Amino acid sequence: MSDQWDQQAPTVHLRDSDDLHVEAPPQSTDLVPVPQPEGEDDSLVRRGDVDAWGRSERLREVARMIYDPMYRHWFRAEWEGLEHIPREGGALLVANHAAAIPSDAPTIMHGIETELQRPVYGLAENLLRAIPMLGTIWSRVGGVPAHPDNAYRLLHDDHQLVLVFPEGTKGTGKLYRDRYKLNRFGRGGFVEIAMRAGVPVVPIAVVGAEESMPMVWKSPRLAKLLNVPYVPVTANMLLFGPAGLFLYLPAKFKLRVLPPVEFDVPPDQERYSRSRVMDEAEHIRERIQHALFDMLRARRSVWAG
Amino acid sequence: MRVLVTGLGTFWGSRLAQELEARRDVEVVVGVDTIEPMLPLERTEFVRTDSSHSILQRIVQATQVDTILHTHLVVDSTKLSGRAMHEINVIGTMNLLAAAGAADSPVRKIVVKSSTLVYGSNYQDPYFFREETPRTRGPQTGIERTLLESESFVRDFAEDNPHVLVTVLRFSNVLGDHMTTPFAHALRLPAAPELLGFDPRLQFVHEDDVVNALMYTTTHDAAGIYNVAGDGIVTWSEVCRIMGRPRVPLPPVLANLAVEPLRALRLVDLPPEMLALLRYGRGVDNSRFKRTGFRYKYTTAGTVDAFARSLRLQRAVGSGGPEYRYERDVETFFRHSPAVVRGRR
Repeated sequence: MSDQWDQQAPTVHLRDSDDLHVEAPPQSTDLVPVPQPEGEDDSLVRRGDVDAWGRSERLREVARMIYDPMYRHWFRAEWEGLEHIPREGGALLVANHAAAIPSDAPTIMHGIETELQRPVYGLAENLLRAIPMLGTIWSRVGGVPAHPDNAYRLLHDDHQLVLVFPEGTKGTGKLYRDRYKLNRFGRGGFVEIAMRAGVPVVPIAVVGAEESMPMVWKSPRLAKLLNVPYVPVTANMLLFGPAGLFLYLPAKFKLRVLPPVEFDVPPDQERYSRSRVMDEAEHIRERIQHALFDMLRARRSVWAG
Repeated sequence: MRVLVTGLGTFWGSRLAQELEARRDVEVVVGVDTIEPMLPLERTEFVRTDSSHSILQRIVQATQVDTILHTHLVVDSTKLSGRAMHEINVIGTMNLLAAAGAADSPVRKIVVKSSTLVYGSNYQDPYFFREETPRTRGPQTGIERTLLESESFVRDFAEDNPHVLVTVLRFSNVLGDHMTTPFAHALRLPAAPELLGFDPRLQFVHEDDVVNALMYTTTHDAAGIYNVAGDGIVTWSEVCRIMGRPRVPLPPVLANLAVEPLRALRLVDLPPEMLALLRYGRGVDNSRFKRTGFRYKYTTAGTVDAFARSLRLQRAVGSGGPEYRYERDVETFFRHSPAVVRGRR
């Protein structure tokens, strides 16, 4: 760089050390002074109650009011082994999945929330989010898309209870003749997440959901055409017509919480032994299956329990 | 510090140059762009050039800049054609990095202003993207493709030049007094568009926080990729409530077709990436950047509120003063004429 440049460039004023205070040049922001709210608390500017997970306490209150009579008087849900659900800290709740429109998810969530006063975050099929209205309502009342990052964040960072159905739509999409026979538990991803987050898995066996909306026939071709997991014909539809889309049969719900499964592995690993993960997943599946058969042996009536 | 700022003709480039000028440890500020600076500058040297490789390399060598602030990535697809966008984002970045990576290059730090658009917006997305979380499906729009491509150049550059500190800041949706982003535009309308049945989770970052974040990474050493978004989440309906705007529903199916007449009538231009945001929203995890010590002035809700306040003021008194216009002779006079007494202030 030449000397001439050096002198002419307006950098020269940098060298006089007397006036160390440098004033910022008048910036265009100064024309429109904006009072700056403090970073931490923005309760004053909020105009809604939707939290970071998309839930609204107001809507959840409404949902609880609507659902509670159903829970108590229609399904007459009965719990055993609730003491196995930790009162604090993260835990991954794992249950069997059934009914064309799953009735087990709201029962488990509402049950634990009213009995233990702990919120449950239900992970569900992402596709729900793509449905107008329904996706929004589902997310406001406590549903979260089933992405491993979401599960990890809820369990590890927020210390919450997270509910997953490892069977996914294979569980809800099965015909009535296959009731209470557990499908493959995915690829054991739920075990890996629990290991990574350093939380226990709490298995839950649910009896009753299968009979609340039994699927008698399904059309794989139509499902493929509509790009949805299944298009069902349920006993409810045959009995009640279109109302059967939403109307559940009053099957008695029994839920048994099994002792938590702890994994003796360090959390936050990049990868876990595949065989270990599959073993644990299969082990948990067997325990739920076993508990289901045990509960079914004791059940005298589908409707009265 | 000797700094090269790209995109001096954009709001960000000019604004950053102003900030750099105010710092004593910044000896030289050089700005390149094809258009003139947007804001009045004191000692920034403006070079009008397109981002061709040979010229950029000559500038880097001649000015011996040690820091490059790459603010010239287009993130608003409503302003330019796809071709121009590709030229600026992809070719411009490629040439700049080639110039900065030359054998005897003096460059030791590069800060890139990117966007959370690189994550896309899809129903399978997690609620909080971390910097390393992959997209759930491939890029759907031209702007996302160009941004992903330019970020991949930056990644390659960082790998090939371990002696250069490379920072990529991915900014969430920006609102502020001066920016016209698609969101800002939609919120200036008498009624804000929404997709019927969808109320997405969104994040915003204030203009001032964008400038602060870029300055922070220029003056502190923080290599790597960082999400920049105000704390918290607001839904689109809440944004409209804070802004005091009613909402008009658009049909959720074939929304891209439905907004076509609005675009043709020049009422509102809702690009596909904005429609995707109005459907599924996007959240990013901003904790990594906060761990470097950066403090935000505004939360997400605070950003929207500040924007609402500035709009109210603008509506009452009009936009603040005459626009600045760059005049070459005047600038040259003030910078280089012996008649001007410098360092006065």
